[in-house]
Amino acid sequence: MIPPPAAFFILAAVLFVLGVLAFFVKKDLLTQFMAVEVMLNAGNLAFLALAKSLGKAEGQVIVLFVITVAAAEAVIGLAIIVLIFRQRKTVQTDELKDLKG
Amino acid sequence: MAWAVFLILSFLCIGSVAAMILSRNQAHNALFLVLSFSSLGGLFGLLDAPFAAAVQVLVYAGAIMVLFLFAIMMFNLRGELPVRVKKTRLAFTVGLGTILLAELLLAGRKLVLGSPGAASAAGGDTARLGHFLFSDYLYAFEITSLLILAALVGALALAGKREGS
Amino acid sequence: MAELFWLIPLIPGASALLLVLFGAKLSRRWVAWQACSAVFLSFLLSSAAFAHLVRLPPGAPGLTKTLFAWISSGPFTSPIAFAFDHLTAVMTLVVTGVGLLIHVYSTAYMAEDRSHARYFAHLNLFTFFMLVLVMASDLVLMFVGWEGVGLCSYLLIGFWFERPAAAKAGMKAFVVNRVGDAAFILGILFLLANVGGSSFSLINKAAGGGLLPSGLMTLVAILLFIGATGKSAQIPLYVWLPDAMEGPTPVSALIHAATMVTAGVYMVCRLSGLYAASGPASTVVAWIGAATALFAAAMALVQNDIKKVLAYSTISQIGYMFLGCGVGAYAAGMFHLVTHAFFKSLLFLAAGSVIHALAGEQDMRRMGGLRKHLPVTFPVFLVGALAISGVPFLSGFFSKDAILTGAFAGGQYALWGAGLLGAVLTAFYMFRLVYMTFYGKERTAMEPGHSIHESPRAMTIPLVILAAFSALAGYVGLPVFFGEKADLFGRYLASSVKSGSPHLAVPTEGLLVLLATASALLGIALAFVFYRRTPALPSRLASRFPGVYRLLVGKYYIDEVYDAVVVRPLVRGAEKVYERFDLKVIDGALNGSAAAAGLAGKGLNFLQSGLVRDYALAFLIGAITFLGFLLL
Repeated sequence: MIPPPAAFFILAAVLFVLGVLAFFVKKDLLTQFMAVEVMLNAGNLAFLALAKSLGKAEGQVIVLFVITVAAAEAVIGLAIIVLIFRQRKTVQTDELKDLKG
Repeated sequence: MAWAVFLILSFLCIGSVAAMILSRNQAHNALFLVLSFSSLGGLFGLLDAPFAAAVQVLVYAGAIMVLFLFAIMMFNLRGELPVRVKKTRLAFTVGLGTILLAELLLAGRKLVLGSPGAASAAGGDTARLGHFLFSDYLYAFEITSLLILAALVGALALAGKREGS
Repeated sequence: MAELFWLIPLIPGASALLLVLFGAKLSRRWVAWQACSAVFLSFLLSSAAFAHLVRLPPGAPGLTKTLFAWISSGPFTSPIAFAFDHLTAVMTLVVTGVGLLIHVYSTAYMAEDRSHARYFAHLNLFTFFMLVLVMASDLVLMFVGWEGVGLCSYLLIGFWFERPAAAKAGMKAFVVNRVGDAAFILGILFLLANVGGSSFSLINKAAGGGLLPSGLMTLVAILLFIGATGKSAQIPLYVWLPDAMEGPTPVSALIHAATMVTAGVYMVCRLSGLYAASGPASTVVAWIGAATALFAAAMALVQNDIKKVLAYSTISQIGYMFLGCGVGAYAAGMFHLVTHAFFKSLLFLAAGSVIHALAGEQDMRRMGGLRKHLPVTFPVFLVGALAISGVPFLSGFFSKDAILTGAFAGGQYALWGAGLLGAVLTAFYMFRLVYMTFYGKERTAMEPGHSIHESPRAMTIPLVILAAFSALAGYVGLPVFFGEKADLFGRYLASSVKSGSPHLAVPTEGLLVLLATASALLGIALAFVFYRRTPALPSRLASRFPGVYRLLVGKYYIDEVYDAVVVRPLVRGAEKVYERFDLKVIDGALNGSAAAAGLAGKGLNFLQSGLVRDYALAFLIGAITFLGFLLL
């Protein structure tokens, strides 16, 4: 007996909110970036659950694209973080507030 | 049986994310995330998406998280990071998160209820997936390859710069 | 090859595009060759299409080619459609033929110029627009060419825009033409609203078939003619043409003598059905033409700048063409257009050769005695001067005679008399120019070491060819006493334009010819007396009649009158508007909104903490709100 898609969807929602919470609670760029990855994965899970419940393979295609784009995003994001660290010797977001108006 | 697997995997998944929130060590965080993403791969398998599951484990749990670990090692931040979050702020965030969760569940209910109930078994077919990728989504597929190339070059240009140069 | 006739305008257009884009990178030789060969190709194609046209049986329609519809709105469509009929063939051959000679001449005249490529790009572009103008099969596309040649005219008058006078002259030409174009657009709109289309055949058919109320026809014809007075420099909008002489001399020859300024005449002939059907409009055309012919000829009498004399002469001669069209002798108007294109471009180019020889000197009072120094320029100039004066057996004689005969045959004796008087003046000012420039003492003020020299081959060969045409082009349209069929040109055009009045009896026509000849000779004789035998006479006359002299030198003070009546009130009004409206309302609104934005920025500043978390929080709240909105 396979669990219904609804169960997977609930799991996806919980995971997403946990990612959001992690983003707000954490204070270093790297972990916040990881939290973003969690949110992306929650989205993937929701896509697959809906693909299953609607019987459409497009959902899986989208998931593949999301993973590819996430990989590209991770590479660039980490490169930027490395650059910030080289210049500022810190990855604490509270200390990076040059955009203050 | 499947229910048991589902429950175990979702417990692992949620638990490791929660542990990530509570832990103060970046390297541990990354490892928790590997665990979380691997169990997500298993859940993908349960959803009749074996290809997505494989990619999830290979790309996410493998490649991306290893990248994170490399970055952490480069920063060489062994020490514990301080976690000082104001109580009011935490409460506010948790409140907002609850609202978001409620909204998401509501939206999901609408979607799942609105769909034709008869969930066909189709979808697990990797061959069909490949067919989609190389016909209907061919342009998008090619564009992602360009995107990855651009990301590669961009990362080299950004992080490859030596200090002082 | 005739089927490819629609490429005629496109070849110079493509060449212009290339020159605009890459001209600065190309070598001078290449630019000159490309520009000339583009026009040469067009000329070859025009000749082929002309040969095809002549072989067609009489009454057969000309070539047409519709490329595509570029405006399609409800019942109204305007196609990019080219037509090649007998009238178009004449214009196309003139534009490409004379244009080719002037391009060749320019290669030498502009060889040293800094903006060589820009010059040829604009010259090619002008050829393109002029060909669009003459080959368009409907009024809207013609207007595109009409505006395009105006643009090129502006660009080329102001070619040496570092000189304030040139920049100002370009602007003046553009603005004065706008006035005429406004009327032209109104005319087009009236036609579109009442005829339901803009193709020439449709308009001429509607006008000829009496489908239009006569008041409307007159209104439209006069509105279109006002547009023509702008482009063709007629009273009251002629004021830009003398100033346009600030442009390079070959430009003056091509645009401001041979082709663009005659576009108005072409337009009237193209719509001859409309003008023939509207008596009052034709009368207006004829009288404006006659008045301009006299008025401008009188101003040419006292000019001292060699190019200004020719400019006023051009205005005057175009007046003749309109006079011909106005009395119904459309073929004669076109005939004069063609011969004028030859001899006037010849005169301009020869004047350019003189100016070139004197290193830029344009004042005739500092010329004189150039006959010996310019062994090619002098004879060809003389041919041109004789032709324009209407001396027998040169082209101008036949075409001017055709116009005067047309006026006489139409019973318009006053117009005929004005034309005859204009002929005397024409001969007088032309030979005044010849005597002052080529005869008498050398009054040149050249630095020693700079000798007066004849121009290079590339300049003299076009001059010689044009001289040959100026002398011989008249034989395609002989007067009636050479036989009924002698007027080849008129018969050739019969299918495209309305035919004029019936021919006169041979003795009457002979008498008219004698009178015209006499008036030309009288003018030349007067010039001889005034400027060769007793050179003191002009200044004595000027001091005797100071009022008349000052009036003529001051160009009737028309520029001053326009300045006082039109320009200055406009400027003053604009200044008032600027003070009251621009400064207070518009600037006030602008400054007010800037101040408001500044205040808002100060007020909202606290939101910009610079902390990622705060921004993310705003993001989250937004997402929650949006999702909630979607769910409700």
